[in-house]
Amino acid sequence: MSEEIIRVENLFKVFGSNPEKALKLLKQGLEKEEIFKKTGMTIGVQNANFTINAGEIFVVMGLSGSGKSTLVRMLNRLIEITSGSVYINGLDVAKLNAQELTELRRSQMSMVFQSFALMPHLSVIENAAFGLTLAKVEKPKRLDRAMEALEQVGLEAWAECMPDEMSGGMQQRVGLARALAVDPEIMLMDEAFSALDPLIRTEMQDQLLSLQEKHQRTIVFISHDLDEAMRIGDRIAIMEDGRIVQIGTPDEILQNPANEYVEAFFRGVDPTGILNAGDIARETQTTVIKYPGKGPRAALQRLISHDRDFGYVLDKSKHFLGIVSTDSLRELINNNGKTNDFSEAFLDDVTPVNALDSMQDILNEVVTRPWPIPVLNEKKEYIGVISKNIFLRTLQHNTNE
Amino acid sequence: MSWYTFEDKVLPMDEWIETGVDWLVENFRDFFQIIKIPVEKSLEGIDWALNATNPWIVILLFAIVTLKYAGKITTVFTIFTFVLVGLLGLWSQTMTTLAMVVVAVVFCSVVGIPLGIASARSDRFEAFLRPVLDTMQTTPSFVHLIPVVMLFSIGTVSGVIATIIFALPPIVRLTNLGIRQVHPELVEAGEAFGATSMQVLLRIQIPQAWPSIMAGLNQTIMMAISMVVIAALIGAGGLGVPVFQGLNNLDSGLATIGGIGTVLLAMVLDRITQGMVEK
Repeated sequence: MSEEIIRVENLFKVFGSNPEKALKLLKQGLEKEEIFKKTGMTIGVQNANFTINAGEIFVVMGLSGSGKSTLVRMLNRLIEITSGSVYINGLDVAKLNAQELTELRRSQMSMVFQSFALMPHLSVIENAAFGLTLAKVEKPKRLDRAMEALEQVGLEAWAECMPDEMSGGMQQRVGLARALAVDPEIMLMDEAFSALDPLIRTEMQDQLLSLQEKHQRTIVFISHDLDEAMRIGDRIAIMEDGRIVQIGTPDEILQNPANEYVEAFFRGVDPTGILNAGDIARETQTTVIKYPGKGPRAALQRLISHDRDFGYVLDKSKHFLGIVSTDSLRELINNNGKTNDFSEAFLDDVTPVNALDSMQDILNEVVTRPWPIPVLNEKKEYIGVISKNIFLRTLQHNTNE
Repeated sequence: MSWYTFEDKVLPMDEWIETGVDWLVENFRDFFQIIKIPVEKSLEGIDWALNATNPWIVILLFAIVTLKYAGKITTVFTIFTFVLVGLLGLWSQTMTTLAMVVVAVVFCSVVGIPLGIASARSDRFEAFLRPVLDTMQTTPSFVHLIPVVMLFSIGTVSGVIATIIFALPPIVRLTNLGIRQVHPELVEAGEAFGATSMQVLLRIQIPQAWPSIMAGLNQTIMMAISMVVIAALIGAGGLGVPVFQGLNNLDSGLATIGGIGTVLLAMVLDRITQGMVEK
């Protein structure tokens, strides 16, 4: 898993007539825009450095024009490298001759495109077999392997159809099958699911993840969609203006965004970044039990009459003590009828969240607990709870806006 | 000193050209005679075959091809056309014209499609070829005939060569256009999967450009038919002969039936090749 398969060192791409000059200006510390004004040349990628491990899904994220497509196209040299190195299994891609490059593309790396880029004049199975056809694999063998790939994406029944008879989602499955058929170590996916509607997109992500469980390939995935990046990425690289500004696991990036761009990126895409727990906590619809006060029997009575499963126990100054349930109260009463101490009835694994926590932070807690999550302010005072319902409604509300 | 008022010729360009052509004829006559040979041989073969075959078999073959590509109504039209030219006494001329068109179009394709591919792949080559094609296409058709006669002498073969020159541009242009219009993503996808430049051409660009290439072929056929008739001026046989005989003798009937034969033949060939484009 930790075996390195792709290494990118000091990679630069300049679009224009005199890249050397642009590189010099870059080294003098000029910005991308100044160089464009001075020379008319565009800096596609500047000084990219990273490694990708075998079996990893590495997501490259950024706004359009941030250089992510250019970066990925330099991995298989669809775009020529201006300076720097790309090593695939130790082999410097920049130094390959035409024949070696063709060999690399045929045997080790395949690609899935945003626009699907299926051949309209070929049937689905011929499209799936396209890479093998180019590699001059004999016909029966390549059709077998194409069929296997179509089975993996669930399209074996469509083998004889033409691509234009299919929906976008199905066409992209053919695109995926075409990439799988050559059995590559590395798959480059360029905004592969961005052209699909959200439901199909999620479905395709699931399919990719389940394929990945069966056969671990190294996937370099370009996306501008944070949710997608979080769902499928083992690690994410964020690009801004041709530079990689941060690389890390989704959690690392969420918790320590490297700069405002990264932060804004997250905020712009995901409403859960803006609101924190305090904003959506509700005091209504919950049963609060004061302690010390009436005993467990009275508390149980109140829960039953309010038709609630859980009660929140607070002390006189509203400090949160714990959660009791009807079941835990009944057990306490049966075991020890006279006690006035609730603490034995407190449920395990209760972790109150902080009012300033973001929705991302509390997501896991809200989803995994059966009870609404208690929210405390800085003074550890109880200010309300967040139920799954409220959490989802907030998400939906923000998404609709 | 008086103003120059364009009354005297200053640039004797016509003389230069004449000298140039004379020089070409004197020094390269053998070369041009050799170029003529493949055209001559294939023309003789096809002309002989079409004229030697029983007319009803020719009609049957055309009917089958039309039925395959252009449907029933057009098939009826094809049979009607061939029977009519037969009844008009123009069968042999029609077959000669057909042979000339076939030979001209085959040579146009053999030369034109590669030229179109080359100009699609190189902007510089396109920039060079474009004015050449413009010239070929806009020069009045009679003007082609003069240098052709000087270099290749008169006769049916020279007529076909003039036709090849005149009918070549559309297939070059439309091949070029068709290949340039192939979506760049498709080419990129091909390259990403390790296609060589030749594989990109044969497996992506030509199949994608095929309808456009066929449309070019159709246009080339149409232009070839119109030129083949004019080629009668330099002694080529075929349907042009009754047209010019009619014009020379003020025999409007003869000229008209020659014209009718030409138009009907053009329509038949157009419908068949249009059908091929659509399939």
